[in-house]
Amino acid sequence: MSTAASAAPPLSRAVMEPVPVRIASVSRETHDTFTLTVTPPPGDPVSAFEPGQFSMLYCFGVGELPISISGDPAVRETLTYTIRSVGQVTYQLVTRRPGDFIGVRGPFGSSWPLKEARGKSVLIVAGGIGLAPLRPAIYSILRHRGDYNRLVILYGSRSPRDLLYRREFEAWSLLPDTQALCTVDYGGVSWRGHVGVVTTLFRHVRLQPQETVAMICGPEIMMRYAARELEARGLPPAQIYLSMERNMKCGAGFCGHCQMGPWFVCKHGPVFAWPEIRPYIDLYEL
Amino acid sequence: MAPAEMKTVLAAHPFFDGLPEKYIDLLSKLAFEVRFEQDEIIFREGDPSSLFYLILSGKVALEMGAPGRQIIIQTLEAGDELGWSSLLENTSKQFRARCLEPVRALAFDGARVVNLCEEDHEFGFHIMRRALALVAERLRATRLQVLDVYSPKGVRGK
Repeated sequence: MSTAASAAPPLSRAVMEPVPVRIASVSRETHDTFTLTVTPPPGDPVSAFEPGQFSMLYCFGVGELPISISGDPAVRETLTYTIRSVGQVTYQLVTRRPGDFIGVRGPFGSSWPLKEARGKSVLIVAGGIGLAPLRPAIYSILRHRGDYNRLVILYGSRSPRDLLYRREFEAWSLLPDTQALCTVDYGGVSWRGHVGVVTTLFRHVRLQPQETVAMICGPEIMMRYAARELEARGLPPAQIYLSMERNMKCGAGFCGHCQMGPWFVCKHGPVFAWPEIRPYIDLYEL
Repeated sequence: MAPAEMKTVLAAHPFFDGLPEKYIDLLSKLAFEVRFEQDEIIFREGDPSSLFYLILSGKVALEMGAPGRQIIIQTLEAGDELGWSSLLENTSKQFRARCLEPVRALAFDGARVVNLCEEDHEFGFHIMRRALALVAERLRATRLQVLDVYSPKGVRGK
């Protein structure tokens, strides 16, 4: 079984053994979302990741969760994770202090199709905290800007106070050959930006559909809507990629907790081409 | 706006994409250019629906009153349509439309457009098909919006 997204590299270490890493910083992004930077041991393979991959973060004595890596893949000295505090493990992770230790396994899973997108325009569609797994892809594209045509970043969030990486997003919007638009579902009267779901931004984007690769990450309903809308606008289905989320536990396709039809999301995903995942995404049983 | 320019602008607007030229000519005789200042109210909740607008530049917020505050539920920009309810009869505005930026638009008297639809059913079919597509698009977007998909307490989020 193989996926159209870039396959995961071979696992070179005991995948079930967490590597202790020291927390370098914890910074607040929004009222409930934090960015955690950790320092792995120098040269440890845990820090060699491709954009779109995730790690298993272990808060000792509390539990372990899959968290997408949100930092720059070219920076190997640190690993960065953006985490929304919604449960016991995430709360414990974001309330750690610099100098504390957590465990990291990985990196796991497939990555965004950056090689396949070379020579084409890239459309990034992010919803909510889904911008975090896409940020390494944006960093990589900006680092190799000449390899791609237009870069369009569309970002939808619940409200202005939920927007991630605001200063960085504004800086992206000022770059040449780059269009970065954000929208919120609900805005107060002081909000001067766009209001509406992220798919309403599609009509403000000028792209050649056949020459565009789309990378989508966000709540599953949003991704389904976005993928269908892009297909209706002429993007070839095989050029649309989604990052799926399921109940990942082992991270290596052993335990089966994240099975979705024929796929183990932790191993064959999380990044899938739309035709691979479309037959299963509508099945509520999965 | 000169008649020739009006036809060009109408033909280029996404709402009239693919509309036969004879109907662009017809509509160009009905359309007139309007401008609004920043923060100007185009219409208020409860106003009778009268004009249908094609936005050429600027940004409009559709707002709804809630106790003690106004909530923006959608913004519309160049290439968008405003006031589709004026293409129906005996309706009133459900939202307040306020300009977030200076706005330039083409306006049509909705009643006159509806009368033309009655007189020429082929024209009416073209207009109503576009209006239905617009309403369907807004309905899809609204459904997704009210699902509150980004909320950790709502539909499963990332």
